[in-house]
Amino acid sequence: MSQLEIKNLHVSIEDKEILKGLSLTINQGEIHAIMGPNGTGKSTLAYTLMGHPNYIVTEGEIIFKGQNVLELEPDERSRAGIFLAFQYPVAIPGVTVANFLRSALNARRRAVNPEDKGMPIPEFRKMLKEKMDTLKMDHAFAGRYLNDGFSGGEKKRAEILQMAALKPEIAILDETDSGLDIDALRIVSEGVNALSGPDLGVLVITHYQRLLNYIKPNFVHIMLDGRIVESGGPDLALHLEEQGYDWVREKYEETAEA
Amino acid sequence: MQEKPKVSVTRTRRDSAAREFSFTADSIPAGGLKDVRAKAWDAFTKFSMPITTDEAWRRTDLRLLPASDFKIPKEGAFEDLPVVPEHLLQPLTGEQHGGQITLLPGGSHVDLDPDLVSKGVIFTDIRTAERENAELLNRLIGTVVKPEDGKFAALASALAGNGVLLYVPKNVKVETPLHSVLWGPGVDLAHFSHLIVYVDDGASVTYVHEAASPNEMGHAMHAGIVEIHVGKDANLRFVELQSWGRHVWNFSHERAHVERGGNLDWIFGAVGSRLTKNFSDLDLAGEGAQGRMSGFYFTDGTQHLDHDTQQNHLAPHTTSDLLFKGALKGKSRSVWQGMIYVAPGAQKTDGYQANRNLILDEESRADSIPGLEILADDVRCTHGATVGKLEKEPLFYLKSRGIPQADAERLVVEGFFDPIMQRIPFEGVRERFQQAIQDKLST
Repeated sequence: MSQLEIKNLHVSIEDKEILKGLSLTINQGEIHAIMGPNGTGKSTLAYTLMGHPNYIVTEGEIIFKGQNVLELEPDERSRAGIFLAFQYPVAIPGVTVANFLRSALNARRRAVNPEDKGMPIPEFRKMLKEKMDTLKMDHAFAGRYLNDGFSGGEKKRAEILQMAALKPEIAILDETDSGLDIDALRIVSEGVNALSGPDLGVLVITHYQRLLNYIKPNFVHIMLDGRIVESGGPDLALHLEEQGYDWVREKYEETAEA
Repeated sequence: MQEKPKVSVTRTRRDSAAREFSFTADSIPAGGLKDVRAKAWDAFTKFSMPITTDEAWRRTDLRLLPASDFKIPKEGAFEDLPVVPEHLLQPLTGEQHGGQITLLPGGSHVDLDPDLVSKGVIFTDIRTAERENAELLNRLIGTVVKPEDGKFAALASALAGNGVLLYVPKNVKVETPLHSVLWGPGVDLAHFSHLIVYVDDGASVTYVHEAASPNEMGHAMHAGIVEIHVGKDANLRFVELQSWGRHVWNFSHERAHVERGGNLDWIFGAVGSRLTKNFSDLDLAGEGAQGRMSGFYFTDGTQHLDHDTQQNHLAPHTTSDLLFKGALKGKSRSVWQGMIYVAPGAQKTDGYQANRNLILDEESRADSIPGLEILADDVRCTHGATVGKLEKEPLFYLKSRGIPQADAERLVVEGFFDPIMQRIPFEGVRERFQQAIQDKLST
């Protein structure tokens, strides 16, 4: 079973420490949610797991399937089975969704067999159409430049489409709900739910509880000032919805000062 | 009397100072263009070597040009030089050529579909045209590009024994594309070429011209002229690809004259040469004339490519659309300087120009200088110029999907060029550009 294990992770960006000893274990088949106020390091965790060069790990470990993730380049992490759905997907002008996805899939095949000729185009087209249908996407989408001029909803759907095509073992969804109206939120959530199962571990990062009405987590964690301070079941999210984050701040910021 | 201040100048002799060419009037090829060439030679002798205080040459320095070393290849010189590679002779347009001309140092080879001959199409090299179409050639030559346009225009006019004459008679539609290859191997050689394209009223044709040579040690040069006439309601698609060896100093003066209702689709691809200075002018001379200019360039090493473009709207209701896109690696440099000119009375014209550059290495540099000169009051002219770098975030995004760094860079660069590729109606030409991108990125 694939397992992502984060141990005592410390991360800095431009010499400012953002993550201050975060530990978390996610197993395949589990859905975890990390909630927390803005500026507590949620997105830093997401980028660090994917290997963004601006985020420097100063202490701690990330182990995935027994491998030291910190030694891997972002593309190697992806091919190992880690996926990040970006909060702000990046536009790649001039590169179509289809061309991009085929490159990504072929990179996987070539990593296994350098002589691989790539996925046959008819097979690729069929796969892409099926995935787009489940996400209720117009097939013309495949011919558009990746994230270039996409609406907020289209971008998030494109992220889930990539996830569906790349079949990760661990998926990190970074604020996937931001910028989505209710309909888009439902479609995206249904997409994630359709993919989740015993083979996929999910880490949902969110500020608001509303996404968790659609994607039901097994575990909920509260993050504050670079650490996970509370962990519990789904009811922890409901509690946050009712009470807000103030009680968490009071509880932990006081202890920090004491 | 006021005393003039005394100025003393100490001259330091620099070995790099521009030397003059050692050609003489004896270098002028004999043949049916004798008088034309003699006049051009006169013009040539009046020009001095361009220097960087000349406006058009501000960014392109010729001080290292070993002008006096260059010799004109002797008749049949190609027989002792590397042969033209097979791939250059392959069709680029997905169809068999209706005709093909190979221009070689001191020689040439012509092939034309007999069906086109019977329609009155002339597609031949200048040597043959001097013998067989002297009257037409003399009538057309020097009408669009004049020897007075510049030193290299004068030089090529005077000394080009090689070249192409393409003449498409009125209302003749040439379905199969025509192709010419200028192959210029050899060290210390000066290659000259003169292309004359005359598409008469209502006619249409697609023409692809390539200039290439192997990389060699030492120096070589090319000076070329391209004269294009697109008649009333005529159509020309003209593709030029330049992959000169890295030792070649390349100069060209090109101008297209488009008559009323005529349409020109002009595509440039440039990946070769040590240094290029290219002047390409589009003259929209008749009402409703249209011209599109699309440029692709990719430089690396210490290459220096300078493209100087003019879109001249000389009549009302004319449309021009220029897009030049370039990527740069290593210590290479590109210059694009463009001007849209709208003449008095050329109302309702629509002019567009854009130049986009992608800098792939810290030490490469792109100069982008758009310009407008508008002397009519009811026009729409827009321009844009950008110089950007390969950004980190798109690369990280692509890598996060499992695409290795090198492939991610290639995707971003290909994406950058995609708007140019979309303008190219030929898969073969697009593939050639894509191959050039691959080659440049992998060196």
